[in-house]
Amino acid sequence: MSQSLFYLIAFLSIFFSLLVIFTKNPVHSVLYLIITFFTFTIHYILLNAQFLAIVNFIVYMGAIMVLFLFVLMLLNLNKDAEPAKSNLLKIAGVVAGMCLLVTLVGSVKALNVSNPVVLNNPNLGLVKNLGKVLFNEFLLPFEISSLLLLSAMVGAVLLAKKEA
Amino acid sequence: MEIAFVIEKFVFITVIFALSLLVAMYSTLAERKIAAFLQDRVGPNRAGPGGMFQPLADGVKMFLKEEIIPTESNKFLFIAGPSLAILTACIGSAVIPWGQDIQLFGRTIALQATDINVGILYIFGVVSLGVYGIMIGGWASNNKFSLMGAIRAASQNISYEIPMGLSIIALLLVTNSLSLKDIVEQQHGFQWNVFYQPLGFLIFLVCAFAETNRTPFDLPECETELVGGYHTEYSSMKLGFFLFAEYINMFVSSAVMATLYFGGYNYPGMDFMNNLLGPTFGPLLGMGVLFIKIFAFIFFFMWVRWTIPRFRYDQLMNLGWKVLIPLAIANIVLTGIVTALVNGF
Repeated sequence: MSQSLFYLIAFLSIFFSLLVIFTKNPVHSVLYLIITFFTFTIHYILLNAQFLAIVNFIVYMGAIMVLFLFVLMLLNLNKDAEPAKSNLLKIAGVVAGMCLLVTLVGSVKALNVSNPVVLNNPNLGLVKNLGKVLFNEFLLPFEISSLLLLSAMVGAVLLAKKEA
Repeated sequence: MEIAFVIEKFVFITVIFALSLLVAMYSTLAERKIAAFLQDRVGPNRAGPGGMFQPLADGVKMFLKEEIIPTESNKFLFIAGPSLAILTACIGSAVIPWGQDIQLFGRTIALQATDINVGILYIFGVVSLGVYGIMIGGWASNNKFSLMGAIRAASQNISYEIPMGLSIIALLLVTNSLSLKDIVEQQHGFQWNVFYQPLGFLIFLVCAFAETNRTPFDLPECETELVGGYHTEYSSMKLGFFLFAEYINMFVSSAVMATLYFGGYNYPGMDFMNNLLGPTFGPLLGMGVLFIKIFAFIFFFMWVRWTIPRFRYDQLMNLGWKVLIPLAIANIVLTGIVTALVNGF
């Protein structure tokens, strides 16, 4: 039951992320990306990581993608506005893409099937356990990443001000 | 999972959906009646005794009107907008505990669709999704006034989500739980959270007004500047869905405020009444008390709408970013200090 559900959701994730790339209209792309994030939320729930699921839901679907959509709606991009690319750029793009594909296929072939990871505590993803782990074992990395976010915020405000 | 459990949940969720739609339907009548009362008019009084059937008449009108889809619009997204708006409005009620466990037909039934242990965050997530319906609908209409309305809605929702989240954090410092069932149980009797978090409640209330796009924060549909705002191009039941979603949102956010800050189904002397009435009618009385609180909040929403004029857009942003967010952060710090002092470090 849970395994077939996983395959269904995994299929949907890949399907919608492909649609993100292949749709012409940027607003449609963003909407497909939102659906892709939603399937990720379902993956987290299947992994019993409820907190991560809901945070992914709030932060990615509820905040970041709203901003993306906001900007794209203001820009109102369409095909006419898209700059024509030269043939040289197109050829370079094809070559680079092929190289990436060969590397990816090669590395996937080189992989062995790993043993399934068994968690010591299957309830690790619940809020209480996650909080305890974050604030006991990983306190320093947690605080440093919060500082990083703060500095990014200050930088964004500085950039937005016209005369700093 | 036994089959009886599935049936029980199915019936319960259907009842809750029907109830929220019914309340939303009669909120439209209540809005007009209260507006009439505040402006010293009579209000709708033709359909049925005292205008009782006015919502039905409005609904029939909405269904029967001609439906127009603009040629230059994006058809799929044009239809998806109102559908999303009403969907996100409806799913918010899934984690609200409507009453204590009730004894019915020899079974103990929990009056809550699901008690997930991240209940508050779930509600927060649903609130943040609510803006998509408006944004998609406004953009797909291919009309500059709709687009302006959609963009206003998006920036307003994002701005007011932040103080709302911060006020919830201060509340969590008091309750130590994310599950709505736990939070309600802790407020047993008269120990309501509003007495411990008065400032947090005020911030949450203001943000709830902004998130439901109610006056004084109804700039997305500001008719003096934007014709009709994000639903300018909509007609028939699709317009009805947008308007109806606002009333459902109002109902759900009233329920959330009653649950988080005003004790949910708790009331002073509830143990005595529960002993008196037994395990079937006691919880039903509690549910009735919760609904009285919800109706009081809905009345408050309407009272404010017909009393206070709309903000200007820069005033709205100033209030959100320069007043509410610093206040909410100060509230968190204060709550943290007091909690540490009470618990003896």
